[in-house]
Amino acid sequence: MSSEIGARRLEPAAIAGVMSREVANFRTYWRGTAFSSILEPIVYLLAFGLGLGATLVNGVDGLSYVEFVGTGMVATAVIFSSALPAMFGTFVKERFQNTYDAVLAAPVDPEELVTAEMLWIGLRAGFFGCFPLLIAMAFGLDPAWGMLLVPLFGFTTALGWAAFGIAVAASVAKIDQFNYVTTLVITPLFLVAGTFFPIDQLPEGFQVAANFNPLYQLVELVRGAAFGFEAVDLLRYASLVAFSLVLWRIAVSRMTKRLID
Amino acid sequence: MTGTGEHPNAIEVRGAVKHFGAITAVDGLDLDVRPGICLGLLGPNGAGKSTTMRLLTGQAIADSGELRVLGHELPGESKIARSKMGVVPQLDNLDVDVTVEDNLAVYARLYRVGDVAAAVERCLQISRLTDRRKEAVDKLSGGMRRRLLLARGLVHEPQLLLLDEPTVGLDPQIRTELWSLIDGLRARGKTILMSTHYIEEAERLADEVAMMHHGKIIARATPGELIRKHVGRETAEVYGPPDRLAELRALAESDGLRVRPAGPAIAIMGAERSANGTIPDDAVRRAATLEDVFVLLTGEEAE
Repeated sequence: MSSEIGARRLEPAAIAGVMSREVANFRTYWRGTAFSSILEPIVYLLAFGLGLGATLVNGVDGLSYVEFVGTGMVATAVIFSSALPAMFGTFVKERFQNTYDAVLAAPVDPEELVTAEMLWIGLRAGFFGCFPLLIAMAFGLDPAWGMLLVPLFGFTTALGWAAFGIAVAASVAKIDQFNYVTTLVITPLFLVAGTFFPIDQLPEGFQVAANFNPLYQLVELVRGAAFGFEAVDLLRYASLVAFSLVLWRIAVSRMTKRLID
Repeated sequence: MTGTGEHPNAIEVRGAVKHFGAITAVDGLDLDVRPGICLGLLGPNGAGKSTTMRLLTGQAIADSGELRVLGHELPGESKIARSKMGVVPQLDNLDVDVTVEDNLAVYARLYRVGDVAAAVERCLQISRLTDRRKEAVDKLSGGMRRRLLLARGLVHEPQLLLLDEPTVGLDPQIRTELWSLIDGLRARGKTILMSTHYIEEAERLADEVAMMHHGKIIARATPGELIRKHVGRETAEVYGPPDRLAELRALAESDGLRVRPAGPAIAIMGAERSANGTIPDDAVRRAATLEDVFVLLTGEEAE
């Protein structure tokens, strides 16, 4: 049984073990997650798509406002089901439930722990991130083959945001400090991602900055999936992979520092 | 690497030092635990017991010194060592919304047990929770949760078990229940390192007691030997006004006896060796205990 333990970094058995813990917990609260994942896009589409779309905005870049917002909201769903659960979940498990003490007493290293948590959140957010697209279809968005890639796009981006959340949780002293992160990082990035209004109407500085916003890249990729890809989308996907890889290393290093004295 | 020949001890610590900023939590610790014994690591709060436990599980890295668990050198081979050792934490960290059996199954997977279902059954029996297996942990009583926590640490049939203050903060009844469970493990030959600051726990469960103070072991032997060596057979406790106690203390000390405060009283140790008249008639004579040793050596009153 133990002959191979510790022989390499990132052992699949350790990662699978940590993920199985998450799955066991998820089975107790999946209903709430599914409920809000379905309801939230409906609320947004009704408020923005029908309200704003019917009264103020006719369409954007040749798309109906429902098509525009419905595709854009995948990014919203992805960040809110990755960064926030990672921040709160990690902090609670580390600080209040002492879960990680028990996990690290088993043959699991911090790097495996962080990787497993990221993978689990990534899979979950990749799945629930597709819900806005499905809801938008009910409101008239036409299906397209390219949309089959949306779970992959959501997963890749969510990995990075999960890592971001873990790194934040490993760096703050108190849970209240999450407010700064939400207000200063998450909300601005979520608003200036081209979800609700197109970026090209912003001043040029913002447009350049938006290219560094992973959520903007995700929004563009999802619109590519729905309405036709362009060559630049490969670059967009590569940037999301790079984003997630960098944040992964930061999360591992922050968490190792927090967990090992 | 397997360590049975060259390193016969389950745990070997040589000169371990661990600082946290200006605090030296572990200060040149030497500690050997032979296979098959239950060693009680007894010390007041802040003695360095928890840090020692964390060093052994690789959750703290020693600044200097050598540590070996089941023949594996730490921290380099800590992961292999962890796969063969069970840890029961001081604080309950079960997953409270998850069922009893799923809690066990998750840890069976974390410890890479081949037959998860069989391991779960075995642990349900150990914790006597077979009929509660489908219930969420937060529906269990405090005693049941503690039994589950202990059983979880045994899910991979470890060679070595670390118990960190296994009964701290528990009701006396739950404590007794847990003691029986631990005693059963000891009887079956498991190697156990148990930290505690409860004298009675050490006395009841430990084959040997190592007293820890300021980050090092200051005495180690069987409870009986420690008592005989440091305090003798009999202790006499005297209650009374402070003046009288001070007088009696001086008298006993001039007689070569050791005296310690015991709450409102003084305890005169080695009373069987006293000259006539040193011990007043109203003193309560009792058999010497580990507590006498503990207070004498650490200067701190125990629980």
